[in-house]
Amino acid sequence: MTLLKEPDFGTPERPGEATVELTIDGIAVTVPPGTSVMRAAKQAGVDVPKLCATDNLEAFGSCRLCVVEIDGVRGTPASCTTPVSPGMSVRTQNERLGKLRRGVMELYISDHPLDCLTCSANGDCELQDMAGVTGLREVRYGSGVEAGANHLDLPTDSSNPYFDFEASKCIACSRCVRACDEVQGTFALTIEGRGFDSKVAAGAGVSFMESDCVSCGACVQACPTATLQEKSVVELGMPTRSVITTCAYCGVGCSFKAEMRGDELVRMVPYKNGGANEGHSCVKGRFAFGYASHPDRVLEPMVRDTIADEWRKVSWDEAISFTARRLREIQAQYGPGSIGAITSSRTTNEEVYAVQKMVRAVFGNNNVDTCARVCHSPTGYGLKQTFGESAGTQDFKSVEEADVILVIGANPTDAHPVFASRMKQRLRQGAKLIVVDPRRIDLVRSPHIEAAHHLRLAPGTNVAIINAIAHVVVTENLVDRAFVADRCEDFETWEAFIAQPEHSPEAVADISGVPAEEIRAAARLYATGGNGAIYYGLGVTEHSQGSTMVMGMANLAMATGNIGRPGVGVNPMRGQNNVQGSCDMGSFPHELPGYRHVSDDGVREVYEKLWGTPLLNEPGLRIPNMFDASIEGSFRGLFVQGEDIAQSDPNTQHVFAALGALDLLVVQDLFINETAKFAHVLLPGTSFLEKDGTFTNAERRINRVRPIMAPETGKQEWEIVCEIAQAMGYPMHYDSASQIMDEIAQTTPTFMGVSFKKLDEVGSIQWPCNVDFPNGMPIMHEEEFTRGKGRFMETVYVPTTERSTRKFPLILTTGRILSQYNVGAQTRRTANVAWHPEDILEMHPHDAEVRGIEDGDQVALSSRVGRTELRAKLSDRMPVGVCYTTFHHPVTGANVITTDNSDWATNCPEYKVTAVQVDLLPGRVDSQAEREPVVAGGNR
Amino acid sequence: MSAGVPPHVRLANEIAAQFAHRSPTDAATAVATHMNAVWDPRMKQALIAHVESGAEDLDPIAALAAKQLAAK
Repeated sequence: MTLLKEPDFGTPERPGEATVELTIDGIAVTVPPGTSVMRAAKQAGVDVPKLCATDNLEAFGSCRLCVVEIDGVRGTPASCTTPVSPGMSVRTQNERLGKLRRGVMELYISDHPLDCLTCSANGDCELQDMAGVTGLREVRYGSGVEAGANHLDLPTDSSNPYFDFEASKCIACSRCVRACDEVQGTFALTIEGRGFDSKVAAGAGVSFMESDCVSCGACVQACPTATLQEKSVVELGMPTRSVITTCAYCGVGCSFKAEMRGDELVRMVPYKNGGANEGHSCVKGRFAFGYASHPDRVLEPMVRDTIADEWRKVSWDEAISFTARRLREIQAQYGPGSIGAITSSRTTNEEVYAVQKMVRAVFGNNNVDTCARVCHSPTGYGLKQTFGESAGTQDFKSVEEADVILVIGANPTDAHPVFASRMKQRLRQGAKLIVVDPRRIDLVRSPHIEAAHHLRLAPGTNVAIINAIAHVVVTENLVDRAFVADRCEDFETWEAFIAQPEHSPEAVADISGVPAEEIRAAARLYATGGNGAIYYGLGVTEHSQGSTMVMGMANLAMATGNIGRPGVGVNPMRGQNNVQGSCDMGSFPHELPGYRHVSDDGVREVYEKLWGTPLLNEPGLRIPNMFDASIEGSFRGLFVQGEDIAQSDPNTQHVFAALGALDLLVVQDLFINETAKFAHVLLPGTSFLEKDGTFTNAERRINRVRPIMAPETGKQEWEIVCEIAQAMGYPMHYDSASQIMDEIAQTTPTFMGVSFKKLDEVGSIQWPCNVDFPNGMPIMHEEEFTRGKGRFMETVYVPTTERSTRKFPLILTTGRILSQYNVGAQTRRTANVAWHPEDILEMHPHDAEVRGIEDGDQVALSSRVGRTELRAKLSDRMPVGVCYTTFHHPVTGANVITTDNSDWATNCPEYKVTAVQVDLLPGRVDSQAEREPVVAGGNR
Repeated sequence: MSAGVPPHVRLANEIAAQFAHRSPTDAATAVATHMNAVWDPRMKQALIAHVESGAEDLDPIAALAAKQLAAK
């Protein structure tokens, strides 16, 4: 339910041409076949009363409020479940229908608390609305207790930190149950009992918090009454205005309505017209926004001469002049290349663009990198080499036409939950699923979904597996030769390479641990099952051969013709909301905005003219190179925008040594994070609720980020960057974020047609947006690849040097879970800690047993570079020999364990393969209650 | 990872391993091209200096690539 309503057509849209003509209350309307009478009526401008119907759910036909009369049809059919037919004549209002509807309403109201004036949904209640619409004036049965048996004394379930379930107000319309099933795909809710005893339940006799509910909010949104209501609405009251903006979490980039009461944010409601999410959300975007107003936020600039000193709050002028002076002093002493910056995927395109411009035009070097270095830099490299563009090929909607979905090294239900729901909808319709992952992720087997194949490979053997799949395609004559001949190059060389016996499933089975026949079956399914779509995540990129694997997947898609139309493609699941954008904006040290190499004289000339300064034609330092150069002594000053590299980057000891060796570390962030402990300047940043700009999601969709309040710090982050540039002697100024986007459009061909004005008009745009594609390009490479011909690349499998040994016999792989986000700086400062208060080590029961470890024991986790302690959880989700943990909590410091091994092409860390040992710590605590919980970030 | 090996040497060896299936000259050219595309000049200079110092911990393909970089 949402106060600021978008049109609700009652039942879902049907595809196809509008060919069915009918009249409704005398109004002619034409709709596609399969459309419901209810939806057709709404299209004709006629609202049919309804309670159990809403247009993101299939019709259910339970409330009987939407009854209509149809010429030639007996009785009064429900308009939601009745499809249109040619020539149909429908009446939605007359005395008979009115009487029927009032009768229905009388029954509802007789078992409903009549506390409208004090109800949290007052003014936003569909039951209340329908009482008015149907002209209900009396309830013959009485109401509440006087009506006899009722549900008014049912208890309220307040167990969920974000919403209440007030069962006494439930009208058993099943919208919440259906939303959980159809939209979210979790199937956590049910209708318990029959007839009068029917009631909504979250599983069998458990509370919402104890149930399988993932707190996506779909049920709350679907509820037509106050039964499922946000606690924030109960506490603050109904919002009165709405601002459409973009989520600050993962790369799905959901659109939300920030619903406000005055200047206070009451709730975030997913926006139905949001291209990425189409009205759905997850627990993070929907509810976990409280960090933005958390007391830990730093709102005033601070400086200190050394990191041993106390922080000193200073004016903006002093902070900026301090920063500029120290940066110039370092350059004067150690040279122009001695300083640099790191941009963030949590900041807007405009903020990122400003930082890279400062580095190139003011610092006079290319020492700018971004946090994508440690996640999807291999995507940029691999897809550029093969397709010619450093981006995913599809829009999210494309999955609706996929027949075989190949998920590799991704865990969408945890890391990209809103897209996962969309994927699961398609899987429930019958698409086949292949999962390639050492872990048995939830997608492998969940309600109504079961993977056709789970290739449970040994960590570090991705390239061997993708080569084996391609080997089957080539040697079993499954290649789409027409596509390859028409669209690709270097195929013959690759074909000869991949057909070599060393790539056969039988040869690879020993390396990967995956039975040869399973590889063959998966390959045949992908190649012959219709539209084949690849979705992948950091389980592909964060390896020593991350870039090779990306190229391997591109090879496979090209060989089978699975590129250039809906339902296919190679799709990176980006970790953070603006990973794509921060890369697009020229954050890499070898590329100017739009992925154009710094050595390209023509491209540099564009910027040199506009910026009025010569630009360096050699690549700069990548993040790991910055660390190495800092320790070595040639890199002395670093500006870090919105990233916590001390917690997120691998081999913590090495990172600490590098940060500690800097003469100047400037951190621009919301909080005093782990990195800030090494900083000399802290420039307070803005939350997404204060930012004005754009984010670009994993499907290249540029979405507006609109401020719902003025910056609490008094300045936008790009303004601060401009002021540092000016203090360093360079005239850098913009009047607005919109003006920065105008400069991006002016200089970057793929953004040529983008402007805030256009985005406000059309909602969102998937780049490239130019003269040929003025409204963007949802599906790439349709007629030809960006580089012309798609290029096949030889992908030799080179095993990682990180091997298990007698001393470190297990392999650790790291990842994230649903309720927390990356280093947890945001989510640890929300009630999401209720689900994940600490990082846990998942290990196979066999590995635990031989070490005397039981579920819940505190264990020491050590690798050749470090050691930490955490609690063990036994789970056969992990194969024997492999364990898993998350990196959301600094107190655990999972990256103390990970090494500085990296992808050969991009230096992306090999987070997914670390040889470790796990040892039981003495002093087993047998009772869960006796354990000290890890203190959440908000209380640090 | 090899403990004590300078980062540019370790990275050079890892890149060289990816091209080891090619002829030494082709492989070295590919490695040098890659380094030119994404390596900061100081890393290339350090690698060249490492080769010129006579160090023997460098993959022959990487060493050949370093010589190509030096000759540029």
